[in-house]
Amino acid sequence: MPTRLKLPFPSGPAHDSNPLAPADTAAGRSLTLVVAIMTFLAALCAGAAALVAQTSAEWRGEAAREATIQLQVAKDRDIDADLQIAAGIAEKTPGVSNARIFSRNESEALLTPWLGEGLDLSDLPTPRVIVLRLNSEGPADLDKLRRDLAAALPDATLDDHHLTIARLGDMARAVVLAAIGVFLLVLIALGVVIASSTRAAVASNHDIVDILHILGANDTLIAGEFRRRFLSFGLRGALIGGGGAIAFFAFAQLLAGQWRATASADQMQAMFGDFGLDPIGYGLILALIGGVALLTAWISQRTVFQYLKDADG
Amino acid sequence: MLSFENVGLRYGDAPETLQDITFDIAPGSFQFLTGPSGAGKTSLLRMITLSLRPTRGVIRLMGHNLGCNVGKDLALAVGDQGGKISRQDIVALRRRMGVVFQDFRLLDHLTLYENVALPLRLREREETSYRAEVIELLEWVGLGDVRNARPPSLSGGEKQRAAIARALIARPELVLADEPTGNVDPTLARRILRLLIEMHKAGAAVMVATHDLGLMDHYALARRLVLADGRLLAFE
Repeated sequence: MPTRLKLPFPSGPAHDSNPLAPADTAAGRSLTLVVAIMTFLAALCAGAAALVAQTSAEWRGEAAREATIQLQVAKDRDIDADLQIAAGIAEKTPGVSNARIFSRNESEALLTPWLGEGLDLSDLPTPRVIVLRLNSEGPADLDKLRRDLAAALPDATLDDHHLTIARLGDMARAVVLAAIGVFLLVLIALGVVIASSTRAAVASNHDIVDILHILGANDTLIAGEFRRRFLSFGLRGALIGGGGAIAFFAFAQLLAGQWRATASADQMQAMFGDFGLDPIGYGLILALIGGVALLTAWISQRTVFQYLKDADG
Repeated sequence: MLSFENVGLRYGDAPETLQDITFDIAPGSFQFLTGPSGAGKTSLLRMITLSLRPTRGVIRLMGHNLGCNVGKDLALAVGDQGGKISRQDIVALRRRMGVVFQDFRLLDHLTLYENVALPLRLREREETSYRAEVIELLEWVGLGDVRNARPPSLSGGEKQRAAIARALIARPELVLADEPTGNVDPTLARRILRLLIEMHKAGAAVMVATHDLGLMDHYALARRLVLADGRLLAFE
C-alpha cells in the first residue's frame, strides 16, 4: 500500500457529478454571446413586425367603426335643417350608435391640411359633415342609410371609408410583409451563425469526444451529453437576447408614454401605436427563445454524430 | 485474442509506414512493443483500438475479422460474413480493451475519481455499483488522497498512474499502454510497470509500447516485438 500524503485537495466523498462535456469553456461563452446578440436582433424584428401588424389592425378597426355623411351647400335649402334631418335618419339606422354634426368651424378645419391656415372660408360653400359612430357588435345597415338619405336629401352623400380602409390595409400588409421578410432574413442569419459557432465550439471539444469514443461510449451517449450542454448554452444566450428585446420594448413603451405630448411622439405613435407589444408579440419572442435553444442543441448533436461517423469512416 | 496478418498502413500517398506486419497476442500474455521514435508504435496501437484503418491485410480481434478497405465511405472493417461490422460491435470491442495514452488524455474538467470511473460511467452503470471499486483502485495506485483533484493540478507521474487506473478499472481483457513511462522518472517507471504486471497476473493480455530498453529488462518474461523500418520482428 503506497504511503498516503496529505495534499491540499478536498478528500470528501467522491461523486460523478460533473457533466462529461465541459460546462464553462471559452468556446461556450463565445457561443452564448453570439446566440444572445442574434436572438436580440431577431426578436427586435419579430417585435417590430408584430407592432406594425397590431397597429395597422387598430387603424383599420378605427376607420371601419366610423362613417361620414357629407352635405353640399345648396342655395334653396337650409343646411342646418338638412343636417338635423340627416342625423335623425342616421340615428334610426340599425348599427349606428351615434351621429355627431360637425359645426361649420369644425368642417372648415378639416380643409386646413389642404388649404393651409389663416384663410377666411366664410364665403365658400364649405360642405358640412356628420360623423357616424358605428356599433362594434355587428355591421351597420349602410345600404339602407344610403337609400333613406337619397330619398330625403339629394345633396347628401355617405362615405363608409371602404376606400381608406382598403388603402390602409394594403399599406399595412406591405409593411408587415417587409417586416416579416427582414425577420426571416435575420432568422436565416441566426441559424447560419449559430450553426457555425456551435460547430466551432464542438470542434474545440474534439479531444473529449475522441477519448469518450475510445473508452467505449456509444454515439448516442456522447451526442446526448453535448446536446444537453449546448442546449444550456443556447438557452442562456437566447434568454439574454430575447429578454433584452422584451426589456427594450417595455422601455420604449414607457418612453412613448412620457413623450406623448410632443409632435414627433405623435407621429411615432400614429405609426407604431404606444410600442406596447400584444401577447402575440411576446409569444413570438418567447417562441424564438425556445426555438434558438433547441436549434443550438440539435446542431450540436448532429455535429457530434457527423464527427463520430467521420472518425470511424 | 489479436492477430495481424500482412497488415500494411499508408498515410495518403506516402510510402507505407508499416509493412507486412504479422504477429499475434495470446490471452493473458505480456509483450513489449519497441522501436525507435517514429517507427509506427502508436499507429499500430491505434489500429488495434479501431481508431485507424489498415490499408491492407487482415486484423483478427476478439472473434472479429477486421479487413482493410480503400474508400472513406466503406466500412471500417469487414466481418466474417463479409458484412460491415456495426458501430455497436466497435463500441463492444473497445469496452473489452483498456488504453493508456502517451499523453494521458485525462479530462481536465473532471476530478481524478471521475476520470478513473469514466469507463464504467460510459457503460451507464449506477455509481453506487462502482464507487468503492474506483476508490480502492485509486488507493492501490497511490492516488487516494488526491481523488477530488483535477488533472491540471497534478504531476506527470500522478496523471500517468490515473491514466493507468482508468485503463484497468473495467477489468479489460486487453491492455494497451503507449509509452506509459515516457514522462516519469526511473523509480516511478518501475512502479508503473509493476501495476501493469499485476494486471497481467490478473489475467489480462498486456502490450506496452516503449522505447525504454532499460524498462524491458525489468520484466524478462515478456515477449518483445520490435518495429524497425516499418517491419516487425518478434523475439519470444
